[in-house]
Amino acid sequence: MRTRLSERLLDLAVSGFLWGFRILIVSAIVIGTVATIRAGKYTGEQWIDFVVFGISQGSIYALIALGYTMVYGILRMINFAHGEIFMSGAFSAYFLATWLNGTGFIDSNPILGLLIPILFAMIMSAAIAMLVERIAYRPLRGAPRLVPLISAIGASFFLQYTFRGFFGPGVYAYPPIKALDGEWNLFGFGILKIQIIVAVSAAVMMAILYSIVQLTKVGKAMRAVSEDKDTAALMGIDVNRIIVTTFAVGAAMAGAAGVLYSLIFRQVGFLMGFTPGIKAFTAAVLGGIGNIPGAMVGGLVLGIFESIGPSLFLEGLGITRPYQLKDVIAYTMLVMILLFRPSGILGERLTKKKA
Amino acid sequence: MKKENFIWNAVKTGLLGGAITIFICLVGMTEIFSKRDVVEKMITLGQFVLLATMVASGLIAARRTSSLFGENRPVQTLTAGLVAGLVTGLVLALFVYIGYSINLRAVFLNASTPLYNVLTFGKGQSYIWPLPVIGALGGLLGASFLLIPDVYRRPLTGGLIVTFFLALFSGLFRVVMINQKGGVENAAKYLFGQTGLTVEGTLIFFFAVVIIAFFWNFRGKEVQQRISRLPKRGQLSLRVLGLLLILYLAIGLPQVSGPFIAQVIVTVALFILMGLGLNITLGFAGLLDLGFVAFYAIGAYTVGLLTSYGPFGLQHVSFWVAVPIAVLVAMLSGAVLGLPVLGVRGDYLAIATLGFGEIVRLLAGSDFLAKYFGGPQGIIGIQKPCLGTLEAFVRVDVPRACNGIELGTAKDIYYVAVLSALLLAFVAWRLRESRLGRAWMAIREDEDVAEALGINLIQTKLLAYMLGAAFAGLGGAIFATLIGSIFATSMQLLVSINVVALIVVGGMGSIPGVIVGAIALIGMPELLREVSEFRFLFYGAALIIMMLARPEGLWPSQAAKRELHHADAENVTAENMI
Repeated sequence: MRTRLSERLLDLAVSGFLWGFRILIVSAIVIGTVATIRAGKYTGEQWIDFVVFGISQGSIYALIALGYTMVYGILRMINFAHGEIFMSGAFSAYFLATWLNGTGFIDSNPILGLLIPILFAMIMSAAIAMLVERIAYRPLRGAPRLVPLISAIGASFFLQYTFRGFFGPGVYAYPPIKALDGEWNLFGFGILKIQIIVAVSAAVMMAILYSIVQLTKVGKAMRAVSEDKDTAALMGIDVNRIIVTTFAVGAAMAGAAGVLYSLIFRQVGFLMGFTPGIKAFTAAVLGGIGNIPGAMVGGLVLGIFESIGPSLFLEGLGITRPYQLKDVIAYTMLVMILLFRPSGILGERLTKKKA
Repeated sequence: MKKENFIWNAVKTGLLGGAITIFICLVGMTEIFSKRDVVEKMITLGQFVLLATMVASGLIAARRTSSLFGENRPVQTLTAGLVAGLVTGLVLALFVYIGYSINLRAVFLNASTPLYNVLTFGKGQSYIWPLPVIGALGGLLGASFLLIPDVYRRPLTGGLIVTFFLALFSGLFRVVMINQKGGVENAAKYLFGQTGLTVEGTLIFFFAVVIIAFFWNFRGKEVQQRISRLPKRGQLSLRVLGLLLILYLAIGLPQVSGPFIAQVIVTVALFILMGLGLNITLGFAGLLDLGFVAFYAIGAYTVGLLTSYGPFGLQHVSFWVAVPIAVLVAMLSGAVLGLPVLGVRGDYLAIATLGFGEIVRLLAGSDFLAKYFGGPQGIIGIQKPCLGTLEAFVRVDVPRACNGIELGTAKDIYYVAVLSALLLAFVAWRLRESRLGRAWMAIREDEDVAEALGINLIQTKLLAYMLGAAFAGLGGAIFATLIGSIFATSMQLLVSINVVALIVVGGMGSIPGVIVGAIALIGMPELLREVSEFRFLFYGAALIIMMLARPEGLWPSQAAKRELHHADAENVTAENMI
């Protein structure tokens, strides 16, 4: 088939533009990195600090991303309200932990004082996610794709402002666990205890989830449903129940992430879920959406990039106060990955229909 | 068997109603709403909302019962309503009882004594028993509503709804009418109280509406037929007359209503501009753009930089020169941001554009670009539009004098905003009917098929982004001059969500829908201070409910209606004709 010259020119212009865009971003990163390293403003120890912070933050992103990835794998839908599920976990844990702290329980049993709020947050988050699924998503299954997405945006706002109404617009301080203050000396570097605890807990949680999905019967059913709903139903799998379970498991991970997040940042507020939610989605896409190990890798990569990025890329470009633009790095990564490799790092090439 | 069934059903409905009432209380609505009256000295808005929930649970239980039996059985229906209302009331009473014995306030901010005072009518703990009684009566009322014949029910519903709306906005009506002076002032004081309708006003409005609706029920068809029997020219002149009337009202409105309402209408008009823009990208071409606020920001910043007499003003041109430039710049940036996402579809597109929007906001507010865009301090001192010649720019921080009429206040910007909204509505309408519009809709339905039909995807999609961005840019430009300053913090994602919500509520792809959506979602919360506290809660609920119940929107376009209601498409159109 012959195409008109003008159309070919337009195609050429578009691909030229896209290549220019890639080259621009890559060269900005390279130039910034080289300039920063040559300036030598940061010591090796500071870089290690950045990386460790990035790992602990990234493992939180990874935990949240699991929920996005699992739901997307099954329903091909972005659960926009997932960030709010994360927030609700943090809130439930905050109230329990404050009460426990008041009775002196946390100081006497720091480990239980950490675990019990996490467990409670997981239960509450799972309950809320199941409710949201029942009310806002299930009746819309099979509707045009924009419909559940808009409903999810609605659910996200509804949850945010419900929490605002319930608990007020202020920011609460999560009670500190005294046993986790201070640093541990690892390989000659002083590393904040809380960051190690967060990274380790997240890793344990992910290992549990991965073994649930790979080894148990429910996990097998989940994989079957995400492969093909109709065939799974023919094999005697209760698809609705599996979908609800997926929502609940993903939400439980997000709830746990909420507690870990508030342990690091000590702040619980009704808007706290939005940005981590978007970033976790970025992580999920980065690793290849629908792919559970991918979400973990994506979370870590995003966390580390975000943590070292402002100092490494941006400062070298002569940007003042690069830390303000931390989120720009995450969003740019999101846009870049969606544009140039929508299947992510570990994802197989999705067919156009799936993506 | 069946008897058990319907009672149990009613109990379940009642429990759900009870849960909703507790939610309303805990979220803080009851307390805030009880500062407003529906009918003065009789019922506050807070009480009304709770009562409405009880009535609704009675009505729903009754409806379920009658559908369970397959026919209307008065006794069972009434029992179901009574039970549902009673359960709702009991749950609420239980909540108050628990609230008095345990301190819920440690967790829930609103579970405080003022709330319980509202719920017990200020009489303290022992006064819980009226709640179930009121609930039962309310449920009974709701159920009996179902039993009234249709001929009477419609006027009654209409009367209730209209009276309720009048009560909500009574303060506004009162102020506007009192501003008129003369005899109107006394009428206003007679009908509208300080915080709600007076008893007399309620009765007058309610019966007036009921009588009119009743009359319309019997005679409406005849009147319509008579109009349609008129010769073509007569119909046309009737329409022109109607348009002239609307025009007269539109021109006169800001003069009588005072600056507050004018400001609200300007806000609504701005959102109509943005809504029309997003309606092109989302409604026509089906591309969900969550970063739409970026173009609004670009339009606003362009006008700000071009006209500001503050420290960041680059040029000092007049508003009328800056606006076309702003629209062009927005259009260009629409192309630049649209190009990369040409191949991205559906959900991914929403997230990618969301990322763009946030990047634009973060960059505009960062210290890095502060020397150009003012960073967190924003751009201040934007020159007001001037009909006439502007005097030359003297120095920073001194506004330029205007030889002519300066359009300084919200009242004046009102005309600019409303005129632009009308103009763009016309443009959008013509675009929809054009070849390009049909190409957009083909892409919305199925990209692959559209491409196979010979539609150039790149060109068509880019045009959708560019034109949508141009509309938003115009909105931003007017916004900048209205406020007189721009801050990056006012370019939140929430604005984009607002626009998406108003399009969805109004009806995707429908131009009158955008206007209806903007009035419902932007105008009403602005006018109702009490409601604006919960505006985003309502947005969220509205989005979910619209998707569940009426995905085609309040005022749908014909295509959406056909698509979403294959089976009853004919009924819907028939209804619309009436």
